[in-house]
Amino acid sequence: MTVAALFFYVFASICVASAVMVIASRNPVHSVLFLILAFVNAAGLFVLMGAEFLAMILVIVYVGAVAVLFLFVVMMLDVDFTALRQGFLNYLPVGGLVGVVFFGELVAMLMVGAGALAPGAAKAITDPIPPLADVTNTEALGLVLYTRYAYYFQAAGVVLLVAMIGAIVLTLRHKPHVKRQNIADQVARTKATAIKIRRVKPGQGI
Amino acid sequence: MNEASALYPALPELILAGGAMVLLMIGAFGGERATSPMLSYAIALLVVAGLAIAAMPDERVALFNGSFVVDGFAKFLKILAVLGSIGTLWMSGDFLADPDRRKFEYSVLILLATAGMFVLISAGDLIALYLGFELMSLSLYVVAAFDRDNVQSTEAGLKYFVLGALSSGMLLYGASLIYGFTGTVKFAGIAQEAANGGIGLIIGLVLLFAGLCFKVSAVPFHMWTPDVYQGAPTPITAFFASAPKVAAIAAFVRVSFSAFPAIAAQWQQIIIFVAIASMALGAFAAIGQRNIKRLMAYSSIGHMGYALIGLAAATGEGVQGVLVYMAIYVAMTLGTFACIVSMRRNDKPFEEITDLSGLARTNPAQAFVLSMLLFSLAGIPPLAGFFAKFYVFLAAVKAGLFTLAVLGVLASVVGAYYYLLIVKIMYFDEPAPAFDPMGNALRSIVAVTGLFVILFFAYPGPLVEAAAVAAKSLF
Repeated sequence: MTVAALFFYVFASICVASAVMVIASRNPVHSVLFLILAFVNAAGLFVLMGAEFLAMILVIVYVGAVAVLFLFVVMMLDVDFTALRQGFLNYLPVGGLVGVVFFGELVAMLMVGAGALAPGAAKAITDPIPPLADVTNTEALGLVLYTRYAYYFQAAGVVLLVAMIGAIVLTLRHKPHVKRQNIADQVARTKATAIKIRRVKPGQGI
Repeated sequence: MNEASALYPALPELILAGGAMVLLMIGAFGGERATSPMLSYAIALLVVAGLAIAAMPDERVALFNGSFVVDGFAKFLKILAVLGSIGTLWMSGDFLADPDRRKFEYSVLILLATAGMFVLISAGDLIALYLGFELMSLSLYVVAAFDRDNVQSTEAGLKYFVLGALSSGMLLYGASLIYGFTGTVKFAGIAQEAANGGIGLIIGLVLLFAGLCFKVSAVPFHMWTPDVYQGAPTPITAFFASAPKVAAIAAFVRVSFSAFPAIAAQWQQIIIFVAIASMALGAFAAIGQRNIKRLMAYSSIGHMGYALIGLAAATGEGVQGVLVYMAIYVAMTLGTFACIVSMRRNDKPFEEITDLSGLARTNPAQAFVLSMLLFSLAGIPPLAGFFAKFYVFLAAVKAGLFTLAVLGVLASVVGAYYYLLIVKIMYFDEPAPAFDPMGNALRSIVAVTGLFVILFFAYPGPLVEAAAVAAKSLF
């Protein structure tokens, strides 16, 4: 128990500290690297809670894809982050107010308790829940995702297909003068088409 | 019953999604040459899907634990959406003939958008509703920017995308609140819990309706419409104005009646306000427009206002009115846009209203049909548009919403001004140079919709009765 608590405080404090560094560091590349650190520590917190699937998803999707994409964008685009940060103090009161309101809502939510929000929630759950005590949560998700929620799963797949088609339609341009390797042409070459034999007399060029 | 036949009610969706993937393969291997045959394949697929829908039984069938519902209501609106998509593809031949735009993905995207509309129309819970919306909208964002070397088209696509993402966010926020306060995403379950959902549920409802209003482009979530309609290629604008509106209105009606009948008094107020605001804005803002596609955008905002009157009535008759309205609206819109697509000189599109000057002398037949369509949009008897308005106003009066009905009539009087102005320009102004001759595809659309609009009064029975049957399946 104490070990778990210890790890919780380690993960949580590094997570918060690196989150602060994301917005505080001057170099945007460092910001992204701190963001990755924050994600990894959040994944650690998920593991402590027994949600290993979420933890792995966080690492694979956010660290593996999203953060690396950020890194690419930051490195490829010359964004002047110091200019972006100019108005920080001007916007601080408004942003701070929004933050306070959200925090207040969160506290109010915790005070009221989740049960009061959804009076009918307990009896509305008619779907069978996988035996969570016997299976890991990855397995439990798999048990319902491909059976009970197969329709959503397929529909979401089609949505992603549309996104892919859209990206290709709107950005792919066939350049006319690109030299591509054509293996059939290469194999079909014969001695007659490939080389030309010239007799060069001694002492003269071609 | 084995597993495959259990999926029978979802056959039209499977045909469209599977067919779209097959076409994608054909296109990937066929390249540019496949573009124009692809258009015909896509139309054939839509026709097959439409026939499959028509062959479905009328009684309610629910699949996938109630996420997917097929009933008379879904059948009616799906056929309408299919007709809208077929009309769009039918008039896209010239647009795709341009070498820069000869891309086969066009047909595939329209097919997938139609599949999204089907999912939306058949949605039985909030998740299916959202997935249907995204499938439809994502395809629409792409086709709006399809003419990617044209600044206006890319602007339209980007604007639509950004504002669409915002509206999806509101819809999702609303859906999450509704889920939080009722504990279920199923419409039937929400209907049971709605009465004791309290203020939180109503906030969720308002946000959900905001998202839906955006998709049907009802005031106050209409601001994207004129820019997107003007910027998008004209056949695409015709598509935006027809099929997706049918699907979005379907979602609106189904959510209202199957998830929130217990708090009808609450959402009625919202719908009444939205209807009045849309009718008024559609009537007044269109007056100053010079570009005919922008004008049609405001016109469609106004028409959505009229259609929502039927929903505001919150009765079976009201729903019937909405269905009849949408059917006639799709016909009028497709006909008018076919005329706008044909406004080309030397293969260049013209979009100003003044370009129509003296059309009665250069092309009397087109001028006549276009005026009939415009008279019908204005709601002048005995054309179809009059009956469309008649049914929704009747439903409103029967439900006791006299103010709403009177305001609707007043708005349509104001709206008649700009429709009649176009007719005046066509008949009494000095002729502008003649347009290129109309292709056969466009001519057939204009002829069919024109005949429908003119002759509807003689034989309104089948449509009105079909709408009544469809409306009954919701209650």
